[in-house]
Amino acid sequence: MANQSSEEQTRLGVVVSGSLSRGVEVRLDASVSVEDMAVGRYVAIEGAKHRFFGMITDVSLETIDPSVAITPPDISDPFIAQVITGTTTYGKLRVLPMLTIGGDAASILEGPQPAKTVPAHFSAVKLASQRDVEIVFGAEDEKRFYVGTPLDMETKVCLNIAEFVKRSNGVFGKSGTGKTFLTRLLLVGMLQKNAAVSLVFDMHSEYGWEGKTEKGYKVKGLKQLFPSKVAIFTLDEESSKRRRVSTDVVVRIGYDEIEPEDIDLLRQTLNLTEVSAQTVYQLARELGDRKWLETVLNLNEDDGKQLIARLNIHDSTYRNLRRGLENLRRFSFLVPRARENSVQRILEYLDRGINVILEFGRFDDFTAYILVANLLSRRIHTKYRENAEREMGGEVAPPRPLVITIEEAHRFLNTEISSRTIFGRIAREMRKYNVTLLVIDQRPSGIDGEVMSQLGTKITCLLDDERDIDSVLTGTSGKSELKSVLSKLETKQQALIFGHAVPMPVVIRTREYGTADSYKELGFLEAAELKKKTEKDMEDLWA
Amino acid sequence: MDKVSKIGEVIEASSAEFTAQCYKLHQAPPLGSLVKTQDKLGDIYGVIYNVETHSLEPGRRVVARGENLEAEEEIFKANPQLSRLLTTDFRVLVAGHVEGKSWHHYLPPKPASIHSFVYTCQLEEVRAFTRSLDFLSLIVNARIPVPVDEVIGACLRYASQVHHDHDAFLVKAGKELAFMLSTDVQRLNSLLKRLK
Repeated sequence: MANQSSEEQTRLGVVVSGSLSRGVEVRLDASVSVEDMAVGRYVAIEGAKHRFFGMITDVSLETIDPSVAITPPDISDPFIAQVITGTTTYGKLRVLPMLTIGGDAASILEGPQPAKTVPAHFSAVKLASQRDVEIVFGAEDEKRFYVGTPLDMETKVCLNIAEFVKRSNGVFGKSGTGKTFLTRLLLVGMLQKNAAVSLVFDMHSEYGWEGKTEKGYKVKGLKQLFPSKVAIFTLDEESSKRRRVSTDVVVRIGYDEIEPEDIDLLRQTLNLTEVSAQTVYQLARELGDRKWLETVLNLNEDDGKQLIARLNIHDSTYRNLRRGLENLRRFSFLVPRARENSVQRILEYLDRGINVILEFGRFDDFTAYILVANLLSRRIHTKYRENAEREMGGEVAPPRPLVITIEEAHRFLNTEISSRTIFGRIAREMRKYNVTLLVIDQRPSGIDGEVMSQLGTKITCLLDDERDIDSVLTGTSGKSELKSVLSKLETKQQALIFGHAVPMPVVIRTREYGTADSYKELGFLEAAELKKKTEKDMEDLWA
Repeated sequence: MDKVSKIGEVIEASSAEFTAQCYKLHQAPPLGSLVKTQDKLGDIYGVIYNVETHSLEPGRRVVARGENLEAEEEIFKANPQLSRLLTTDFRVLVAGHVEGKSWHHYLPPKPASIHSFVYTCQLEEVRAFTRSLDFLSLIVNARIPVPVDEVIGACLRYASQVHHDHDAFLVKAGKELAFMLSTDVQRLNSLLKRLK
């Protein structure tokens, strides 16, 4: 009896019309207030043959006759108000049916399937129960990572991390909507489930050791939570020292490692003309791939003049190029000859399954970020490609999947340069070689459409620019419905996830990160506990 | 009200309504109340929509007689023939019938028989009959010489008295009316005001 009454409580109304593409319309029962409804909530529809699982995408007010709106009834009288609610005036929901959950044993084994039809007329619509949500999003296990809870529910929404890392993914949202927190969670998820190893280009040094909330509280970074599985590389050891971050490796890049393509990508940030960017290739041919930059930077006036005369380069072009390249001198991590091969070091760590976070310290401008991220990723990409080819030949085991995290992705992946940067290639084709991207950006409309279309799972916090919303939702079914959900997200701790790693689009309240309990849930052990665990492990080993 | 009492006799009948003559002058049940008449096929239930007291002979008008009397009752005392010359009739809209043990809120196959007795209904009967409000459509759409909304209002106020939760009954009836009168919001508004 208690069950029955609780079921009655969650009944919302009946399906009255609609279509698969636009979603079905649900007339709300008189007992249900429209004010209790919210876009993004889940509902279950009991069809005659299937049970449908869908999401509320719109809530509207309807009247049975247009004249009601012209001469409104006297609702100051509670009796009249009670009578006309749900009869003369009523609420209507638009629900997008997304999955069907079959009732028989075979379909339970198959799990929820994408909805290919709509429920019949007057099927009863109820709020989805905790159990429904669990069936759809699964429970946390060795493949699934708990990322948050649906709105107004306590059930866990889990992301299939194994599927997640198979493709490139994107995290989007306006500045201050929680992209960094979400990304930190995703990195923890990948690390915890051992699904992939991460290389993070950490522009603002907030993933490795510790970050800050908007209110100024400090939150632990990955290295603090998982010291044995994370290594911090830095470009700016002084900044790291000031922040009391224990770094594992200081990265130095030799002039000889910089190739003409790298300069080409920096054309905008170094303020180079098209011609001077092209001249770089000419110089590299003339002076040698490994020596050109150092030689050009060390040319005196006379030598310079001789060189441009020989190569037939216009004086203004040379000056423009020289001015641009001089900018590189202020990067102290660039040295004429690097003592150790940074790429090699990164690869060593990655091979051992240790996640690498590269902090930029004070070099948090785009020039340094684009230069370093692109340069390192290109080398790593080459190695992974070789490994994958060797694996095809049966020589070695398949490499551990690598996820490269880049911020401000529109700088790398815009229409103009995405075809030339290594990231454009990774997004397009590197899935085959076990390398994928985790793209973080606040301006998704700036990213090349071709790259966006290749992203497997998109996680997006609030976006309110029309173009950004459009570009994130391109190619998604139920786009216009999701659009209304997306623009109504709260600015904090809420995100819409859709794509490969979840069975259907889902709005979540992001899992807590930053409290002692949350660290514990994520697998962090306090020093004393860690010691105890180590002792026990040793005992087990010798026993 | 909780006793079945014989109050009159059918003197005119059609499928949708009948007229009954009261045995006693001025003793008709109130407007909107439920009455029944028994028939071989079963009971026919109806709602009183008009009560009329008039002279028995159509050509003979009632004249004023109390000019020199103190109280109105004295008119009848002084003229004992009056109660034989006047009669009270009431008109009833058929609202449903019972066949065997099942209630039907639609018209019976045959009209009420002439001279069949008319009874008031017991509380339990009224409650059972008004449990479903389908009969309202018969009344809402009736074409009768008195304002039909007054009859509906009176009927629902009367029925609400026998239900344990008066307010819930009225809200339920109001909602039923709101569906029926969805295109006539003005009428619905004025009708709802009559339910309290």
